[in-house]
Amino acid sequence: MRSERQGRGLLRVGAFITLLFLYLPLALVVLYAFTTEERSYQFPPPGLTLRWFAVAWSRTDIWSALSLSLQVAAVATLLALFLGTLAAGGLARTRFFGKDQIALLLILPIALPGIVTGLAMRSSFDLLEIPFSFLTIVLGHATFCIVIVYNNAVARLRRLSPSLIEASMDLGASAFQTFRWIILPNIAKALLAGGMLAFALSFDEVIVTTFTAGQQQTLPIWMLGELIRPRQRPVTNVVAVLVILITALPLVLAYYLARDGGEEHP
Amino acid sequence: MTISGIVRLEQVSRHFGATRAVDAVDLTITEGEFFAMLGPSGSGKTTCLRLIGGFEQPDSGHIVIDGQRAEGLPPYRRPVNTVFQDYALFPHMSVGQNVAYGLKVRGQGRAERDREALDALRLVRLDGLADRRPSQLSGGQRQRVALARALVLHPKVLLLDEPLGALDLKLREEMQVELKSLQRRLGLTFVFVTHDQGEALSMADRVAVFDRGKVAQLGTPEDVHDRPRTRFVAGFVGAANVLEPAVSAALGGPEALVSLRPEKIGLLAPDTRPRDDALEARIVDISYQGAFRRLQVELRTGMRLSVQVAASISASFSQGMVVWLNVPSAAFNLLEAD
Repeated sequence: MRSERQGRGLLRVGAFITLLFLYLPLALVVLYAFTTEERSYQFPPPGLTLRWFAVAWSRTDIWSALSLSLQVAAVATLLALFLGTLAAGGLARTRFFGKDQIALLLILPIALPGIVTGLAMRSSFDLLEIPFSFLTIVLGHATFCIVIVYNNAVARLRRLSPSLIEASMDLGASAFQTFRWIILPNIAKALLAGGMLAFALSFDEVIVTTFTAGQQQTLPIWMLGELIRPRQRPVTNVVAVLVILITALPLVLAYYLARDGGEEHP
Repeated sequence: MTISGIVRLEQVSRHFGATRAVDAVDLTITEGEFFAMLGPSGSGKTTCLRLIGGFEQPDSGHIVIDGQRAEGLPPYRRPVNTVFQDYALFPHMSVGQNVAYGLKVRGQGRAERDREALDALRLVRLDGLADRRPSQLSGGQRQRVALARALVLHPKVLLLDEPLGALDLKLREEMQVELKSLQRRLGLTFVFVTHDQGEALSMADRVAVFDRGKVAQLGTPEDVHDRPRTRFVAGFVGAANVLEPAVSAALGGPEALVSLRPEKIGLLAPDTRPRDDALEARIVDISYQGAFRRLQVELRTGMRLSVQVAASISASFSQGMVVWLNVPSAAFNLLEAD
């Protein structure tokens, strides 16, 4: 059919344009990390250089922002793994009054606009007279990190045959032993995938952080500040390349892990 | 053998909402016997097994296992182990690790538990497969791993939930023989749940027939098969005919609710009327069952009876034929009025 072939061709062009739309800006970001022109982004770049990588390497403000972001992401992820797994364990199999409502409340933070979460947390911290610090940034990030871990864990737990847990108890294992030897090995991949996703989300978070950070700068906040001052612009691009790498790797890994963990064991 | 039994249920009830899954059940299971809990789905047999295993707790009544009060105790504090319907093998462990799991959580050393696990696998003729994953085994092999995993802990009672339900017919018959011989060799109390009356009758020493949360009858396979006490047992175990008092009387039986086994009804050709008051019936259906034929005959009143005749004499009957019914008086079995 002629029209069908035409339609398929159009579809291909459409898909190509969409991909271009999504990835061209990223490609430009990467390209201008190598430009020799430091004040404006002119196209094509007048020349290519690796100089900005050396400059970025020697800038202490970048190092401290990167270190803060990694620490926040790590602590927020650990907190989320702990609390998210517990919440999933509590809600996956049990039935009690108000359970659905609690499950909804757990997932809600990810649907709330970041600006609302940020504002809410800022006013709460103000009211409770908690000074803005590393801890407040972590708490802000944990709100959505917990959801990610919880969702992954609860989906895996629901597919786990309940008789496995009964069999473990029947064979003499206490609740803790059952968790350690039966449940954890079966949901480990889902937890790892959720943890990586949470880490990536925390690492590049801007909106909630602007409300919950004090004087400290996470890497995304640092980048936002850099855009205003046109000084050594390509350095920002170098950092952007770094962020792409740090967030993309866990996301790709999480994707494969989640897919793998989805296989039913007979 | 203790007088009080290895497992005793006293007035045990378990309700789910308004449903009485188990309703004031009294049951005593003797040490060393092969005990079957038979019933259709929803009759309470599985809940009863789970109450003994500790996966359910009774709402009222007492459970005594090996002389000890068991109600309120979690599964891991009871001297019983369960073979689950879906086997519940741990997918992330090898066969050997599955079998050794119970020993591991008890804190036994590696060398000792590996040796005991191997012994248990040998018992079910699976030694040599210890390093396989459960996903690499056939259904019958998985069933044996589940058996070995439960037996390695030397329980006082082994509970089996529909142990053969997931197997195909040939394998099921093999496993029936194997389970029975295993139970005899070990001298262990086996309690198994099934909805298959053939399975219960061929394997068990005693059968409890469950109906709507209650034990309708408890006895040997011969008892429940030949001498059912209620209309339900007569119909569920062996599909006997249930006759209302008037029909029974017309056939020469007592004027009471009775059951009549299909193989005990004699059919006589039209020219051989046995008695003056004999009833005549018309053959409406003949179905082939291998060594015998199952016939449906219809009385004048429209009532239908199921009759079983040997294949060797079935050739003299045909559909639509009118025959005389000849029922020996010993064939009538009195049922409790319902």
